Amino acid sequence: MPLVEITDIHKSFGKVDVLKNISLTVEKGEIVSVIGRSGSGKSTLLRCINGLERVQSGRIVVDGMEVTSPATNINALRERVGMVFQSYNLFPHLTVERNVTLALKKVRRMSNDAARDIARTMVAKVGLADKLGAYPDELSGGQQQRVAIARSLAMQPTMMLFDEITSALDPELVGEVLKVLEELAREGMTMMLVTHEMNFAKNVADRVVFMHQGNVHEDGPARDTLIEPRTPELRSFLSAVLH
Amino acid sequence: MIRELGLNDIVYLLEASRWTVALALIAILAGGVLGLIVAVLRIVSFKPANWLAIGYINLIQGTPLLGQLFIFFFGLPLFGIQIGAWEAAALALSINASAFLGEIWRGSLQSVSPRQWEAGAALGLTYWQRLTSVILPQAVRISIAPTVGYLMQLVKDTSLTALIGFIELTRASQILSAATFKPLQVYGLAAIVYFVICFSLSRLSEHLEKRTHAAR
Ligand SMILES: Nc1ncnc2c1ncn2[C@@H]1O[C@H](COP(=O)(O)OP(=O)(O)O)[C@@H](O)[C@H]1O
Ligand SMILES: [Mg+2]
Repeated sequence: MPLVEITDIHKSFGKVDVLKNISLTVEKGEIVSVIGRSGSGKSTLLRCINGLERVQSGRIVVDGMEVTSPATNINALRERVGMVFQSYNLFPHLTVERNVTLALKKVRRMSNDAARDIARTMVAKVGLADKLGAYPDELSGGQQQRVAIARSLAMQPTMMLFDEITSALDPELVGEVLKVLEELAREGMTMMLVTHEMNFAKNVADRVVFMHQGNVHEDGPARDTLIEPRTPELRSFLSAVLH
Repeated sequence: MIRELGLNDIVYLLEASRWTVALALIAILAGGVLGLIVAVLRIVSFKPANWLAIGYINLIQGTPLLGQLFIFFFGLPLFGIQIGAWEAAALALSINASAFLGEIWRGSLQSVSPRQWEAGAALGLTYWQRLTSVILPQAVRISIAPTVGYLMQLVKDTSLTALIGFIELTRASQILSAATFKPLQVYGLAAIVYFVICFSLSRLSEHLEKRTHAAR
């Protein structure tokens, strides 16, 4: 059974159709890059998967939980599906350590000590062991984004969603964040990531999903799809981002 | 029986200003608790609660405090509820404070970025956990300056209770001034006391802002 099973979903904001009858599956351990022009519905697709947006019709099942059913405890689902945003969204009033321990303590009801142990491990994993006591505004963008990843990983999610997590970063800071993603890929984490880093998509992702005007326009193995796009839309998109 | 302004008179004024402070404190505490409820009712996604809060805020903010004082002091006895100047003053000021503080805090809550709600949601925090652990602490810092600003206003507004005969700093000054015919000195002294209270509040505000950490 696939980890993510999206069947014929439709999503609109008012009169604007943003996702039109999308069907998609993601297997456990798969790394899927979602690419496409701005406004094509990439973020909305990701946000539907962890229930931040509600669909008008269709079905989304993640890890056996039906996201689209009103009976599902959406908070329990979000514990299993980590999400990292373009704008980091760290909690500015908490130190790095407490950013990571908050959900462990509140949601997982862990003791202070147990939560702190996990926070230390996770923050060390993203290379910021010396920043546990720092506040977000004392960190660079790249560091903040790594903390955001650590905060999400601390919940031991079954899969991760990444929405353009390097797009707000200065070019010289992109590498340190991608390195963390590569490490996660090696560990076999299931990931869906919206990205404009085509090299990353080509070399690290297994699959590429190209969104165009609210549809999945192409869906295939990463290398083949990016090197030999089948549709003119993907070809013109790729030439626009590569040049 | 005109007489000189003596040390006794200064002590009398200072003693009366205890009531000014007490009244302000009651209004802050009772109005604060009520104001928090008003702020939460104003932002929860339940329309009737929003309407209730909006109606309450408009009613209180749109009518003069003096009128509210009169309604409690002269109006309640008409319904057989006996009420003294102290109780009427405390009630009117608390209710007034609840509307103003409620609005200040609502604004502070809503000025925290919606992305902070989302970040909390993405981690599996419940609505209540997001509100109390993520949003409120940030809103508190944002609200310190306007809250203290309102409290200074409140301290000065307590002087209106002189008009229903409650003897606080301003009423005491009137009495003293009538007895001594030294209005300049008496009211000057009263002004200094108000200033000292308000100045302490503004220092407190700076201190609190330094102690809380939030996005700059
Ligand atoms: N909360 C919202 N309300 C109204 N329209 C929205 C909202 N979020 C996204 N949209 C619209 O949906 C479309 C797709 O947006 P999005 O999923 O963010 O695209 P992408 O991430 O591919 O740039 C855009 O036209 C955008 O304006
Ligand atoms: Mg987007």
